[in-house]
Amino acid sequence: MTTAMILVPRTPIRSGDVVMLKAMISHPMETGYRRTENGEEIPRNIIRRMICRYDGVEVFSVEMHQAIAANPFMSFGVVATKTGPVEFEWVGDNGFRHRQSAQLTVTG
Amino acid sequence: MGPEAQAMQRDDFSNPAMLGVAAGEAAWNSAPANGKPACSGCHGDINATMRGVDARYPARQANGAVMDLTGRIQTCQSQHQAITPEPRESAGLLALQAAVALRSRGMQIEAPASRGLSEAVSRGEALYRQRLGQLNLSCAQCHDDHWGRSLGGTRIPQGHPTGYPIFRLEWQAMGSLQRRLRNCFTGVRAEPFPAGASEWIDLEIYLRQRAAGMASDAPGVRP
Repeated sequence: MTTAMILVPRTPIRSGDVVMLKAMISHPMETGYRRTENGEEIPRNIIRRMICRYDGVEVFSVEMHQAIAANPFMSFGVVATKTGPVEFEWVGDNGFRHRQSAQLTVTG
Repeated sequence: MGPEAQAMQRDDFSNPAMLGVAAGEAAWNSAPANGKPACSGCHGDINATMRGVDARYPARQANGAVMDLTGRIQTCQSQHQAITPEPRESAGLLALQAAVALRSRGMQIEAPASRGLSEAVSRGEALYRQRLGQLNLSCAQCHDDHWGRSLGGTRIPQGHPTGYPIFRLEWQAMGSLQRRLRNCFTGVRAEPFPAGASEWIDLEIYLRQRAAGMASDAPGVRP
């Protein structure tokens, strides 16, 4: 089961403020370079891309490779303009896809 | 444990073990398909009923058996939920355990000897001082005599099991105390006991006795 956590600051946000968003998702990020005890290759299973949309517009995206650790954790700033959903989408190998969103509330 | 790992553990949002907690809380409230109750069906609110539980485990059960928290959850799954218990080290079981352990965070670990487990404590202590493996080393020779010094570039800790289940950066996953102990056993080239063996439980009970009074920091992050 995939679990993800999204953190949007709970302090009052004004329009124009830079807010830090954080997101973490459970994923093994198997590199594909490792082998089992019996010498069989463990197939690659990583998240390839994470996209963040704020109020429907893509504001941040990242392409991931094998060097990213398990349970990728991303933190970045966005300029708050108006109240709206912050939607995260993770896409990866073996048809992996997870979406989760949080509400960013702008006061004043 | 370096300052980076400590900072990672301190912030619930950067602690990867909290993903396990979230999964465990979801599992706590979801009933099995066979119509038997979910964990919450018997135990209710995890925040109320599981408070302090991890701090007093391993514990003696009503039928006299001594179990660690993993074994207790497995017993619940087989007896009350009538499902095949999830195996040790499975993500689902570690997640449930992490969710329960979080409810004891900051609380003092209770001494097993004060709960009628003195015999297990002495059996565990004997194991702790027993030289093992091709390297012929006991737990005490590293964790009592040489804690704070370096072993292969890492600091030797005192071996207090305060944060299990942990997210270990080396494993890139959650793991139990037994898995960590197995690591030490293979490190001294000794053959580990089978998973869930009573020797592991005795050793855990002795380590909890040693750590009694320390605050639980479960679920922890370790390097």
